[in-house]
Amino acid sequence: MTATAAAPQAGSGPRDAVPTLQVEDLRVAIDGREILHGIDLRVSKGEVHAILGPNGSGKSTLAYALMGSPRYEVTAGSVTFKGEDLLAMGTDERARAGLFLAFQYPTSIPGVQMGNFLRLAVKSRFGDAAVKGFRRELAEKLRVLKMDDSYMRRYLNEGFSGGEKKKAEILQMAMLKPEVAIMDETDSGLDVDAFRVVADGVNAMRGPEMGIVVITHYNRMLEYIKPDFVHVLIGGKIVKEGGPDLAQEVDRHGYQPILEELRAKGVEIELPEEAGATYGDREESEERRDPFRSHGRTAI
Amino acid sequence: MTTTADKLDLTSLPPAINVDPERERMLREAEKSLPLEYQAGWHDDVKPVFTTGKGLSRETVETISKMKGEPEWMTTVRLKAYDHFLERPMPNWGADLGQIDFEDIHYYLKPAEQQGKTWDDVPKDIKETFDKLGIPEAERSFLAGVSAQYESEVVYHSVLEEVAKQGVIFTDMDSGLREHPEIVKRYFGTVIPYKDNKFAALNTAVWSGGSFVYVPKGVHVAIPLQAYFRINAKNAGQFERTLIIAEEGSYVHYIEGCTAPVWSSDSLHSAVVELIAMKGATIRYTTVQNWSNNVYNIVTKRAVAYEDATVAWIDGNLGSKVTMKYPAVYLLGPRAKAEIVSAAFANNGQVQDAGGKVWHCAPETTSTITSKSVTKGTGKAEFRGWLKIYKGCTDSVSTMRCDAMLLDKQCYSGTTPKIEVDEERVALGHEATVSKVGEEELFYLMSRGLTEGDAMTQIVNGFIEPFTKELPMEYAVELNRLIQLQMDAAVG
Repeated sequence: MTATAAAPQAGSGPRDAVPTLQVEDLRVAIDGREILHGIDLRVSKGEVHAILGPNGSGKSTLAYALMGSPRYEVTAGSVTFKGEDLLAMGTDERARAGLFLAFQYPTSIPGVQMGNFLRLAVKSRFGDAAVKGFRRELAEKLRVLKMDDSYMRRYLNEGFSGGEKKKAEILQMAMLKPEVAIMDETDSGLDVDAFRVVADGVNAMRGPEMGIVVITHYNRMLEYIKPDFVHVLIGGKIVKEGGPDLAQEVDRHGYQPILEELRAKGVEIELPEEAGATYGDREESEERRDPFRSHGRTAI
Repeated sequence: MTTTADKLDLTSLPPAINVDPERERMLREAEKSLPLEYQAGWHDDVKPVFTTGKGLSRETVETISKMKGEPEWMTTVRLKAYDHFLERPMPNWGADLGQIDFEDIHYYLKPAEQQGKTWDDVPKDIKETFDKLGIPEAERSFLAGVSAQYESEVVYHSVLEEVAKQGVIFTDMDSGLREHPEIVKRYFGTVIPYKDNKFAALNTAVWSGGSFVYVPKGVHVAIPLQAYFRINAKNAGQFERTLIIAEEGSYVHYIEGCTAPVWSSDSLHSAVVELIAMKGATIRYTTVQNWSNNVYNIVTKRAVAYEDATVAWIDGNLGSKVTMKYPAVYLLGPRAKAEIVSAAFANNGQVQDAGGKVWHCAPETTSTITSKSVTKGTGKAEFRGWLKIYKGCTDSVSTMRCDAMLLDKQCYSGTTPKIEVDEERVALGHEATVSKVGEEELFYLMSRGLTEGDAMTQIVNGFIEPFTKELPMEYAVELNRLIQLQMDAAVG
């Protein structure tokens, strides 16, 4: 595996004057407790960003706050999306503007058929006219994601396996064609085959029209979906940024060297508890399950 | 939770959920100031040709019977029922019926001299009424026989020839009594005698219209028989009487739909529906009711199922001020099956008191009772289930499930299951859930671009989907649309 992408330092190099998604000094609290202590992030279309960090560092909090979850309170900072004030928009407005979140733990909605839901979502985002080519496009995306047509009659995420849920998220992403997509731990809970299908699906979507933010704590995902920029998020702060090399560095040595480096500079980082209090902490065991541990790296 | 009877601990069943006397009081207050919002709230200028006027007396009952030229036995039954109605106290359980003024109701209205034989014979203004009701196109083409009750009389009735050719009788109850007195006399009041309850007594005394269906042995009626009922006269009581007999090995699906215009004073709808499924027969009875929110809808529905017979009650209730309805099946023969699926939507100030009742009276009988209720604003939904398994009904299987969804903080949902099991060799399941439209579900759907209203509608429609999927397509679509209207008001 070789890292070939030209890797300018984040925040420098030939980048848009105004990125599609611009996060400045974002502070977010849950139940009055501050989780994110000032995040800066610039994502433009065509770029793939990775946010790495141990459990409980605030990665999911960032994802949910950007999508406008009512559980998260933005206490300071600003976010613009395509030049508009994202924080002033409701969740549905953000989605219709072209922001997407692939959930770590997609919610089940009993009784709502996947196909009908997708049609409604596409209609909400692109208007009534978009429904015209819906079936053809859906068939194509299903093929890419190796999903059976019967998915469309199943209830949304109800009784889906971990892999099916993640595939369904990627399918929604493919149909909604976001300008910026945030993928929250999409690699967790996947077996090797599902992982490949999901990664291939994302790579097929990758292009100049979409910016992607991959949130993960395994470097494996980043070997398939190669990032242009890597941000390390620990204790609610982005503590280090770099190119794809940074991901490999973290993979080899873990987060300890970064923390030591910071400590040497006199920066104290509030370390998370072992299993972090992320949005989906009730299912944290799934998060901890490294699908590749038993297969070894060579397996993929 | 599934358990066998010998292990069943009746005390472990969930008690009534969320009962709060203060809320009860507030509900009563809210009921008094019911908003008169109703989308089908129009009224056509149809002049009743004959009416007994307001109020109920022995004379009213005699006049109704005389006007219809009924045989003496029916007059006698009516009068006995009337006496029982007077003696019988109002039910002291369930919804508050204190505001019903029996003296302020018309018990008989006859809109036209002759019953329409073909569509052309139907008076123009009445046709316009049906247009406004928006009877689905698919239904028109399907008209296995529209038996649409207008006022208290069936004005239009046509039976598709192929159905008639099979020997199926599908007519209004008055014609049924005139043309097939021997069948009616044999079965009338056998499943629901007038002593069943106060409202069954009232219906027996003053009944008018309703459907009479007789399916001969072995006949499979391929298309659903459909009827529309509506109330369209101030204080018109609607006391239709329906009797369906499915002979051995036959199959019939009967669909009843209701809409009603709005009126400022209380209206009463009190129907009686009797189903008789002979050996190996199947009866499906589907109802979607959408009464205006000033109507007391108190309906007695019961069925008997003999050996290997199946009865399914599919019962959807929107609207009305108060609905009390507990479709019942008595399983009288081995391997008989009962299925009761109901859905209720209780909007502001509305009370949906509904459920199901199954008595297992033979071995190897099966029953499922599924109830879905959605409450909004000051709406109130109460589920009452009554399951009884007699001694000797071995290897019977029963499942009772009731799911409630609360859309607002102040709405109420309760469950009152009653389970009596005298036989140990049975399998029994009971489950009750209460849920709210969760923040997580809303957030997930809205993160895909759905507005809050659309997201709510999806969640609610999804919740009652186990009911909706039992409906013919046009009804399912119509029901989803009605719920969307209710939800639009909910989100504001």
